[in-house]
Amino acid sequence: MHETANNRYPVLPFILIGLGVLCLAFGSYFGLFVAPPERYMGEVQRIMYVHVPTAWNALLAITFAFVCAIVFLFNGNFKWDARLEAGIEVGVLLAFLLCVQGAIWAKPTWGVWWDWDPRLTTTAVLLFAFLGILALRKFVEDPVKRGIWSAVATIIAYVDVPIVYFSVRWWNSLHQLQSSPATVSSQFYIPLRVNAFGILFLMTGFIMLRARLASLRHVNEIAPPPMMAEEAGELA
Amino acid sequence: MSAVMNTPHASDAMRRRTRYFMLGAFLVAAIAFAVIAASGINQNLVYYWTPTDLHAAGDKAYGATIRLGGMVSPGSIRNHGGASGVEFDVHDAGGKVHVKSSGVPPQMFRENIGVVVEGTMVQGGYFKSNRLMVSHDNEYKAPEAGHPMSQEELKKLMKTTEGME
Repeated sequence: MHETANNRYPVLPFILIGLGVLCLAFGSYFGLFVAPPERYMGEVQRIMYVHVPTAWNALLAITFAFVCAIVFLFNGNFKWDARLEAGIEVGVLLAFLLCVQGAIWAKPTWGVWWDWDPRLTTTAVLLFAFLGILALRKFVEDPVKRGIWSAVATIIAYVDVPIVYFSVRWWNSLHQLQSSPATVSSQFYIPLRVNAFGILFLMTGFIMLRARLASLRHVNEIAPPPMMAEEAGELA
Repeated sequence: MSAVMNTPHASDAMRRRTRYFMLGAFLVAAIAFAVIAASGINQNLVYYWTPTDLHAAGDKAYGATIRLGGMVSPGSIRNHGGASGVEFDVHDAGGKVHVKSSGVPPQMFRENIGVVVEGTMVQGGYFKSNRLMVSHDNEYKAPEAGHPMSQEELKKLMKTTEGME
């Protein structure tokens, strides 16, 4: 293999991850020590500074995977299948963290860790649907079938994303409605926004690294490296 | 060659086939979304009943395990001295239901806050609950926006998160 720009170890994802860590450190410091506690909830409201950015970015990662699914089915380039895998994997991780953070926040405020409220239920469905697509990818050996099936499944499962968003408006729910700048004190904006960018940078770096790994695996699957091919030839 | 340049491409035949898959996927997704959105707007799926719903249901409301959601009426909260359990009224624009709940209410529980209680309507004419959940709104405000908090107020707020299981 020749050394080309693309083959060098990637630098950009690590810059993004570093930037993400910096943002999260600053945003969380601000959220924990500078912003005042909420008037009724007190200190426990500070979990909002990770919970809300996690929610935004989880939906963003899943949306990215949805776009990858469409592009893959349109042009058949496996680069997009690799990106889809990365998007779903990072999205599932964030959705899982979202549920855990939500439970930690719910216990002291709502009084329960979990309830089958429309917002929580549809979010759990989202988590398990995309976890299922990751499982599907492990079971299908043929890369072409794997790519098509997981892209189709991703497009169908994506239906849940607008339902998660609208769940608090369509149905009676325990979870409150979406907040807006009008319903949140301006003193809470900085930690919320800085952490949102922090998770966005971190997530983008992770997706880039994970997609690169998936691409390398694709190359290996379809054309094994020369060494392995020679060994296979000798054995045959 | 680079990893990215090397990534395999599908043949033209496969690409034509995958576009049909995409159409099929979008069709299934659109139908699923339409069905769920319609049922959501029609309120066929119900997480909790309001006091109005409960009164409208009449005798059907008795006996079944349901959730009741509404606001805690001001001045209605009665604690049983020492023993766990709390009594209060839940109201909405169209009615009021008396609730007897066992267990310690969450710290956020107070007058004029939303609650969802799980339990049954019993013949005594009240709602017997063993699961009390506080449903707060989407407002997150700093105490006395613009003014620094006194140490005493801060201490009081900190206390609201202490001693919870």
